Amino acid sequence: MIVRISGEDQYRLSDADSARVNELEQPVVASVEACDEADFRATYAELLDYVRANGERVGDDEIESSDVILPPDDITVAEAAGEFTGEGLIPD
Amino acid sequence: MAGLTGRMSTVVKAKVSKLLDRAEDPAETLDYSYQKQVESLQNVKKGIADVVTAKKRLQMQETSLQQAVVKLDTQARQALSAGQEDLARQALERKNVAQTELQGLDTQVTELEAQQEKLSDSEQKLRAKIEAFRTKKEVIKAQYSAAEAQVRISEAATGVGEQMADVGLAMQRAVDKTENMRARADAVSELESAGTFDDLTALGSGEDDIDRQLKSLSSQSEVDDELAKLKGEIGVGGGGEQAQIGAQSGARGAGSAGEGEPASEASAGEAQKAPANGSES
Repeated sequence: MIVRISGEDQYRLSDADSARVNELEQPVVASVEACDEADFRATYAELLDYVRANGERVGDDEIESSDVILPPDDITVAEAAGEFTGEGLIPD
Repeated sequence: MAGLTGRMSTVVKAKVSKLLDRAEDPAETLDYSYQKQVESLQNVKKGIADVVTAKKRLQMQETSLQQAVVKLDTQARQALSAGQEDLARQALERKNVAQTELQGLDTQVTELEAQQEKLSDSEQKLRAKIEAFRTKKEVIKAQYSAAEAQVRISEAATGVGEQMADVGLAMQRAVDKTENMRARADAVSELESAGTFDDLTALGSGEDDIDRQLKSLSSQSEVDDELAKLKGEIGVGGGGEQAQIGAQSGARGAGSAGEGEPASEASAGEAQKAPANGSES
């Protein structure tokens, strides 16, 4: 699976790592639902760090589209909540 | 991954496919897509230039605030030497605000620097992808049949399109942040231009809105501490007792002058009016 961290790079993740990323997303979603900024910062940073550390970076000269695009690392919990319900970071 | 990531992925994909739907002919799609990519790269360059301009502006403001701090400090000393404690306090209050703003500016400049770096990095990545697309475009044109080319093109264009959309998002976020900072910087400019005393005597006992605002903004205990410190310094420098006497008489003098002048003006006005009224009646 190819994952893009918005504003950064694309990473190739193995199936096992993809599954782990799915697990790591659960506490992130919970913190967004609770509107807990501090918890969101911590859990989302952990998810992104996992992708950066375990994924294989896609080269700048390779043209691949991503299976999943993760919001940028400086996203706030309010913006993240918008990703669920509102317009999101990118309006339609 | 439905929650956080799902929507973002979907929206970017929708945007990219919308871009590709514009042309039916493979060669046309390729050229159109490439042209869009180059335009997008130029936009990014403009975005970076905007961030650099905003940063320069903030740095200039930092310099003038630093000068204001020095000036207000000098004015506080002068006011205290002349025995005008109220004036000294006002100067210190403004200095306190200026110093707080300076710290804020520092953070903002650092943040803009990070934005600039991030955007430059994104620009390089997009440039590399566009270059790769340009090469691929020629290969697709030369080697594939129309039906195959269509597939290859959409693969390549989707990949570059995603990079374009991502740079676009990064830029939008940078612009939003810059706008916020600009609004704040304007507010600081206003405070600053109204807040330094060009003429010490211009500030009497009357408090204007800015003074009240400053008083609420500045930390009173810090101002008190600094005032006490200044008093100590000046007291030691000019001989304690003498300075105190000077301060008292100065304060008295300033007070009577401040109250006296408007009063005499008012009576002069009444005196002028009186004969006029008298002649009319």
